[in-house]
Amino acid sequence: MNAPQTPHALHFMPSEGFRARAKDVVENPFLRQSFRGAMDFLMSKRAAQFPDPEELESLRRLGERIRQYNLAKLPELLEKLEANLTRNGINVHWAETPEEANAIILGICQKHSAKLMVKGKSMVSEEIELNHAAEAAGIGALESDMGEYIVQLAHEKPSHIIMPAIHKTKEQIAKLFHENVPGVEYTDNVDALIQIGRQVLREKFEIADIGLSGVNFAVAETGTLCLVENEGNGRMCTTAPPVHIAITGIEKIVEKLEHVPPLLSLLTRSATGQNISTYFNMISSPRKPGEKDGPGEVHLVLLDNGRSQAYADEQLRKTLQCIRCGACMNHCPVYTRIGGHAYGTTYPGPIGKIISPHMLGLEATATMATASSLCGACGEVCPVKIPIPELLIRLREESFTAPHANPAMRGQGAGYSARISAVWRAWGAIYGSPALYRAASWLASRFRWLTPRKQAGWTSVRTPLQPAPKRLRDLIKERKP
Amino acid sequence: MHSRSAYPTDVYFFATCVVDQFFPGAGMDAITLLERQGIRVHFPEEQTCCGQPAYTSGFPDEARKVAALQLTLFPNDWPVVVPSGSCAGMMKHHYPTLFAADPARKAAAEHLSARVYELTQFLVEVLNFKPEDCGGDCTVVLHTSCSARREMGVHITGKKLLGDLAKVTVAQQDHESECCGFGGTFSVKQPEISAAMVEDKVKSLKATGAERVVSADCGCLMNILGHAAWKDQQAGLSKPSLPGEHIATFLLRRTAKESAQ
Repeated sequence: MNAPQTPHALHFMPSEGFRARAKDVVENPFLRQSFRGAMDFLMSKRAAQFPDPEELESLRRLGERIRQYNLAKLPELLEKLEANLTRNGINVHWAETPEEANAIILGICQKHSAKLMVKGKSMVSEEIELNHAAEAAGIGALESDMGEYIVQLAHEKPSHIIMPAIHKTKEQIAKLFHENVPGVEYTDNVDALIQIGRQVLREKFEIADIGLSGVNFAVAETGTLCLVENEGNGRMCTTAPPVHIAITGIEKIVEKLEHVPPLLSLLTRSATGQNISTYFNMISSPRKPGEKDGPGEVHLVLLDNGRSQAYADEQLRKTLQCIRCGACMNHCPVYTRIGGHAYGTTYPGPIGKIISPHMLGLEATATMATASSLCGACGEVCPVKIPIPELLIRLREESFTAPHANPAMRGQGAGYSARISAVWRAWGAIYGSPALYRAASWLASRFRWLTPRKQAGWTSVRTPLQPAPKRLRDLIKERKP
Repeated sequence: MHSRSAYPTDVYFFATCVVDQFFPGAGMDAITLLERQGIRVHFPEEQTCCGQPAYTSGFPDEARKVAALQLTLFPNDWPVVVPSGSCAGMMKHHYPTLFAADPARKAAAEHLSARVYELTQFLVEVLNFKPEDCGGDCTVVLHTSCSARREMGVHITGKKLLGDLAKVTVAQQDHESECCGFGGTFSVKQPEISAAMVEDKVKSLKATGAERVVSADCGCLMNILGHAAWKDQQAGLSKPSLPGEHIATFLLRRTAKESAQ
């Protein structure tokens, strides 16, 4: 066992820095323009996939029902999955925390005296910061998805769950390659850049000891791991190296094979506007006697990391319906303005706001839920109908109301402020009483000249708010005889 | 449940706190517009606010307290017309959830919820109002609030009313369905992001060349017009570069000849 050297939460920036990071991006016209352009492109690709609103609605309802059906049976399905994977010769491991998951993966690596791990795209491996842990244990971890590879060269984190390097221009990538890949001349020809990346990675696939991947759907009744990808690197990671380790969250499970096609279709159409991804892998066992390829050993690590907390609450459980398509971020006016890094969490955007509090606790994430105008664009496009705005309101309540016994969430009340609560109590007292409201609104309009000219937050880019000289109720009274 | 086939004789008007205190003219115009259709408009004086600010900020107890008061104000089985998609959405869709644990109030909330209409929705769907245009040529741009669009599903009705005006051209802005960045307390809790959103919104509204923006939500108008005016101040302009008003005010003015009849 070789646990990571630094405590897990240290790598994730606390939510206090959120506003400053958001401000940096918002004030950078170049980044603003580039995110806007990228999100516009993704939105139009998705829209072209769903020309018929009624068909879209019925597909979303189907997606929602499949996810809810499977979540309702989750404990039973997890046992079934373990039994069927084991029967198929795949080793199943359970990890409650990121530390445990890293220890399991690095333990397998060390058993094989591994020097190099090639990685297919896996957000769960980002969630546990596997690359840091591997590095600390002296094991090389190389990202093989082109976007992830770029982000790794730049020592950054993905800024989008589907398009990790969406924040980078081709010029920046050209510079990165030129500076980091030996013998590469500067070129910003995109095809040439992809070829360079492919050549580097091709060599590594041949010598890697371990291939790591995520999982999009784990099918309980057949013991099958499904992996969706576009570059073929996922297939390389799961077939070329002698050992394949897959890692996924416990919620990614479906009971039957027939649950996969509708979800797969919703996933690729919502995520990248593709009818189907270029590759779809179904992994059901290690190499069998007589087979010419495939890893000799396959492992699955099932990670909890706060998911069972979300699971325990009927409303919060809906968070786990997510199939990680990223459509919510593509359509989010906040994500479009600030990009993924500002969030400071593995999962950015609307889904990040509702899932991160379960992983990191509300202490670290209390302010995230406030970064939404509740416009509802995320909930409108979610292929499995997660009511994201409703969940954001719930998280605000969990964060800002006074700490109480038996909270549904770790860190409940972390954003509690006696002063703010008192303000809302006073607000409730005034607006809950016709007489007090009449008096207060009369005073506000009578003494409107006393309204402060500087109003925190509001007047930085707007003229001050000022009550009208007469209220509607006054105008109505004046009109009547 | 209010029947759509019967032409109502009486309606309740729930003004919203924003209209009562900041846009009273819009409220008055909405009332006049309804009265011109031969409807008696009742304004329960004890009304305050729908409770949404507390609800969306994570203070459901305070929201319940305020919402409970509004539940008692509409005893007759008349439609409740609200000149805001956002507040109408709160009453129609969130009141029943808010009182889920209180059977008596839940029943009252459901009874109310079924009768709540956003103003343009009421004009089109219930009254089948077809405004007769008495004004000159004019180009406007319509901003529909996110609640009107996604919660109430009434983005069509505002558009239809403007489309019915013979001499009014409705301009099409880019990113039409995107939020203006108001979001109640969002605009003060995350001022930088909200500012970026309203900045982009005002730019795309202005880019249409429309002479004014109209909206059925005063929250959005407060944000959009507040930013446009601030920009004008910065640029030293004395005349507003993007004037705007509530759709009720615009409709009333365009149909002004009717009042003389």
